[in-house]
Amino acid sequence: MKGTGALTLADGHVYPGELIGSSSVQGEVVFFTGMTGYQEVLTDPSYRGQIIVFTYPLIGQYGISEQDSESRQIQVSGVVVQTLANNGLRSDLADWLAASDIPVLTQVDTRALVHHLRNQGDQIGILTCGTSSVQEQSNLIATVSIKQPEVYPTDYEAGHIVCLDYGVKKSMIEALQERQMKVTVVPFDTPKTVIDELKPDGLLFSNGPGDPSQLDHLIPEINKLALAYPTLGICMGHQLIAKAFGCRIEKQHHGHRGANHPVRQLKTGRVFMTSQNHGYVVQADSVQNSELNVAYEHINDGSIEGLLHPTHPILTVQFHPEAHPGPLEAMVIFDQFVAGILKQEVAYAGS
Amino acid sequence: MQEVKKVLVIGSGPIVIGQAAEFDYSGTQACQTLREAGCEVMLMNSNPATIMTDPSTADHIYIEAMTLEKATAIIKRERPTHLLATVGGQTALNLALSLEEAGVLDQYQVKLLGTSLETIRDGEDRERFKQRMLELDQPLPISQTIETLEELEGFMEKAGVPLVVRPAFTLGGTGGGIAQTKEEARKLAANGLQASPISQCLVEASIAGYKEVEYEVMRDAFDTTIIVCNMENIDPVGVHTGDSVVFAPIQSISDKMNQILRTASREIVSALGVVGGCNIQFAIHPTEQTYYVIEVNPRVSRSSALASKATGYPIAKLATRLALGERLDDCINPVTKETMASFEPVLDYVTAKVPCFPFDLFPGSDRSLGTQMKATGESMAMGKTLEEALQKAWRGAGIEQAPLYPNWMKQADTEVLWQEVNQITDRRLLAMLALLDRKAATHEELAEKTQIQSLFLTTLETLILMQESLDLESKESLQQAKGFGFTDQQIAQITDVPLEVVQQQRNTFLIQPSFQMIDTCGAEFSSLTPYFYGSWSGRTEVTPSSRKKVAVLGAGPIRIGQGIEFDYCSVHAVRALQKAGYETIMINNNPETVSTDFEVADRLYVEPLTIEDVVHVLEAEQCRQVLVQFGGQTAITLAAELEELGYQLLGTTADTIDEMEDRDRFYQFLDRLQIDRILGQEVSNEEELTAIVKELGYPLMIRPSYVIGGKGMHRLTTATDLEKLLPEMVFPILVDAYIEGHEFEVDCISDKTTTYVPVIMEQIEAAGVHSGDSTMILPPVSALASLQDEIEQIAQTIGQHLDYQGAFNIQFVVKDQTVYVLEINPRASRTLPIVSKVTGQPLLEWAVQAAIGMKVEALPANRLTLPFHAVKTPVFSTLKLRGVDPMTGPVMRSTGETLQWTEAGLAKERFVFDQTTKTAMAKRTLRICGAGTDAWSEGAAVQPDTEFDTCLVFFSKSESEREQREKALAQGAIVITEEHLAQYFESVQTIPMCTVKPLSEWTTQKERIQ
Repeated sequence: MKGTGALTLADGHVYPGELIGSSSVQGEVVFFTGMTGYQEVLTDPSYRGQIIVFTYPLIGQYGISEQDSESRQIQVSGVVVQTLANNGLRSDLADWLAASDIPVLTQVDTRALVHHLRNQGDQIGILTCGTSSVQEQSNLIATVSIKQPEVYPTDYEAGHIVCLDYGVKKSMIEALQERQMKVTVVPFDTPKTVIDELKPDGLLFSNGPGDPSQLDHLIPEINKLALAYPTLGICMGHQLIAKAFGCRIEKQHHGHRGANHPVRQLKTGRVFMTSQNHGYVVQADSVQNSELNVAYEHINDGSIEGLLHPTHPILTVQFHPEAHPGPLEAMVIFDQFVAGILKQEVAYAGS
Repeated sequence: MQEVKKVLVIGSGPIVIGQAAEFDYSGTQACQTLREAGCEVMLMNSNPATIMTDPSTADHIYIEAMTLEKATAIIKRERPTHLLATVGGQTALNLALSLEEAGVLDQYQVKLLGTSLETIRDGEDRERFKQRMLELDQPLPISQTIETLEELEGFMEKAGVPLVVRPAFTLGGTGGGIAQTKEEARKLAANGLQASPISQCLVEASIAGYKEVEYEVMRDAFDTTIIVCNMENIDPVGVHTGDSVVFAPIQSISDKMNQILRTASREIVSALGVVGGCNIQFAIHPTEQTYYVIEVNPRVSRSSALASKATGYPIAKLATRLALGERLDDCINPVTKETMASFEPVLDYVTAKVPCFPFDLFPGSDRSLGTQMKATGESMAMGKTLEEALQKAWRGAGIEQAPLYPNWMKQADTEVLWQEVNQITDRRLLAMLALLDRKAATHEELAEKTQIQSLFLTTLETLILMQESLDLESKESLQQAKGFGFTDQQIAQITDVPLEVVQQQRNTFLIQPSFQMIDTCGAEFSSLTPYFYGSWSGRTEVTPSSRKKVAVLGAGPIRIGQGIEFDYCSVHAVRALQKAGYETIMINNNPETVSTDFEVADRLYVEPLTIEDVVHVLEAEQCRQVLVQFGGQTAITLAAELEELGYQLLGTTADTIDEMEDRDRFYQFLDRLQIDRILGQEVSNEEELTAIVKELGYPLMIRPSYVIGGKGMHRLTTATDLEKLLPEMVFPILVDAYIEGHEFEVDCISDKTTTYVPVIMEQIEAAGVHSGDSTMILPPVSALASLQDEIEQIAQTIGQHLDYQGAFNIQFVVKDQTVYVLEINPRASRTLPIVSKVTGQPLLEWAVQAAIGMKVEALPANRLTLPFHAVKTPVFSTLKLRGVDPMTGPVMRSTGETLQWTEAGLAKERFVFDQTTKTAMAKRTLRICGAGTDAWSEGAAVQPDTEFDTCLVFFSKSESEREQREKALAQGAIVITEEHLAQYFESVQTIPMCTVKPLSEWTTQKERIQ
């Protein structure tokens, strides 16, 4: 199905285009600035329920490839692009989107749209061939999280990590597996008692979609868990742990979504180019009155990019060390996490 | 706090194939950055046509031969504390290495800024490179470093053919190539060993067919590393990246592979210890997730200039700051002014680069492409689709699209088109379009033959499909065609309607171009950089100012006959206009240049220099005044149409340009002023031709009207010559008597009240050698003052009577004391930058003031007399162009020039302008004489099988010795084909070299004739 359509934003702005697909969808409209990695983005559960705008004007040039997906399905609700490329190959992005019933709005002035979101902030929008009103979404994490625990073994098992699944990306699990960690992925609301029985050597609080306040009821449990095991929090996991130790979370004016975000490690001054995808952020002032210290900061806007507990082995990062898409250089975070577990040290405090 | 650094910056010398204007851009940025940081900057570069050798760029400028001796003398005199050698291409690197090896850097305690010489050696020395990559576990194709042909045999036993030969320490892959057979390999390796200054080559198993990509990396001394840009060649491995069509960013490569290569890039620069910019080339397996490292260039390069312009991120500027020890995360991104430099640019457009080749100038030259670069320049364009970027870059490179590919391909046999595809020539993509158009090839066939990625083949198919489906009545169709980069002109051709109909239809449908900012961040942050490109989607981000404004048209890609000198002129035009209070709008599409640095003009547009594209910019900017006289012939050819559309050409009119270029009108002009001229006329058919030939007799010159670089010009000495040419002649043709006299040239500035002739230039070679290929001495050595007075007076008379304000150029020939005017070029000329530098006068500024209608009070009435002479030396790249005869003639073939100084009237440096010529002069003595040249010199007579490997100079003028000339050149001999130059060569042998002196010291010696 192809016809005229439009993206209507909550503030009433309309961006016309050509709509491929029949269903109308609603979601937060966010933009991704990376020039490669569309498949990883589309399948990243953190984008669950969102309408993704690609700033690069051509998407689909290198087709799709089965092993590049970050989860089993396309997670975004809708796609906004300038041109969906035809690459003459069989593994075609357009076909995959159509088969997954994901509507795509093409021929959109994405630059003007990004300009608007940059000035007016991220907001809900609706992708449709007609008009419709906008409603809020909630409980995204519950929809993307697995329902039953799943085990990801390794050939040589040096340790065991339990991953709380708020919408975990495949690459995060793979990064741990590559470091000889068996990973058990558990539903987002698994209680501590159940996790204790799994006898983990460490916990990974994963990435996930939306506002962390949707899990406010789990914050005390998260605090207990983090204090009980060596802990790594990534993105949503980072925000939840921050909350659990007294920080506040605020919505960003417009999120960080791209593969070129420079982050500085405070202790060493070292700069990492990181992949990011978040619309909420730890409020900088709130860290001072919390139990945590700042470990990483964003070079461009100074926002909090990582936190560290002074006495417990707890490290959290706002960026995505597992990359996919994006630079691989922050993978050292996993090295440090795993090394810390193996040496049973509080060591990954930044060296 | 810190002591002031005195930094010597080494430039790249003359423009040659493989080393063009990009190093003027990087060098100029480096000098400016160093001065901003409080350094005292001294600069060495023998190329006088550059902005970097301008008094405004550095504190002390040395326009000197690029030899170890001269560099040592400069260091001795200036005592720099530091040396910056990574912004001047291979030439600067090699010179820095020589300085170190000779102990000069140690002796004078000069420290190197940025990447160390050890690192440079790791990148350049093939054996060390291999070792380093092995240590890093980076995959390399199977290879071996050889220093003898025996070692080659050993390698072939092991790895067989095809193989690639890469000579060490050469630029643009000189002397290298791909060998399909063992015999070819032996020949290539012999050439390669000759071409390498250390007689070393890398031979490697061929990986032709792999995808080729490049990563532009920056690293600071604290190990922060970023990838500024990555790029993908359309052509798979096997075609030099300088000769390939390139897209930025990468297109057909997944994020997974991209990140693998990104990580590899970081590991490589970190392990090598690069501080500043670095270019890494990779080959990716066409289907599997494996790759090879092809090359690492630990310096700024042609690709880094392209990456800078493609993204807006000024690599050379940041590389210099990093070399001074700054941290990337402490530097502000100069484009957004809001974010830091330690981030990676993202684009929301596609950039395409298309190379320009000189083959059309030389019928019979070898058009095949391989590992040795042949392109002289490049055109860059941005678009929202691959198709748009590619088509814009094509037309910006002057490639004929009628409407998609050249006219001759329409008639050509399918077989001929397949030949272009199979051989890999510069016309391969166009031939593929032609084949697709006549349904003589399928996607699959082309994929198999060329191994070009399916994505790019689809791009070509899209263009053909668009052509087939184009419907002028449909808004959607027209919008789509514009989005794929079709011009109104192309659409008119396809739909077979007049151009006006297309324009009208477009206006009816409200389809208008939009101009968006190149902001390094895909609009994520606000940005104020006035750097724009045009496309056909999205809203325009340009708001015209209400200031008085002028658009300056640049010269486009560098080609033989139109080089870096016009960029020098364009940049100065911008500066002078700004000084006079104008807002300046620069339009140019050459990514190598200073003029396309967004900090030069008030607004920069990277757009093709065609009438449609230029007018769109002028409309968007509401600009009515255009300066065409500083952009060479490319800008001049747009003059008439611009004027017709109601734009005002500053300082000139289309009629004046026509009067000078139309031979009949030109002769009438001279006759009216009673100025002697050559006999000749324009003929429009064979009959008229026969009549005029009879009248004038031989020798004759013939040429098409409106020539650039002497294209299509021939000197005829007998009727046989004429017969040979007749079949390919396209009328009208200009026929002139040929006067074998002494040529002179002047560059003048006229504001209508005064015509200033700063100095007269004398050509060493006899008339008939293209002035661009000649040795020029200024002021003249042999001409009497009275003759110079007469030339000056003629120039002033012309200036008074020409409806023209600004800079213009006149060429004269003198015979038997009669001064004939050969031609008048109503535009800034190739030599204007040289005259400006030699006289130390702001000639460009005066010319611009005149052009905008000011009376230039500063214009002197009479020419200068100088107590020294400057010698302009042409530099050739003929070695890289197989099938091009090194004999000079009416068709220009030099690519660059150098300038030397002398107080004696003769300059030995004419033949010793770089390390290679210096070595030849020191090591070789043998003279070999061709037929009829023994009167010039005593030397051995040439035989068909003469070897030239110990020969210093080969004198040759006979047509039949072409093969020997090419061989002599390949074997390192100086080839001299003109008598006066030969005599000059003989007479400078005993002359000592001139002492080095900064430019300011030369130019303060001038005094005025009263």
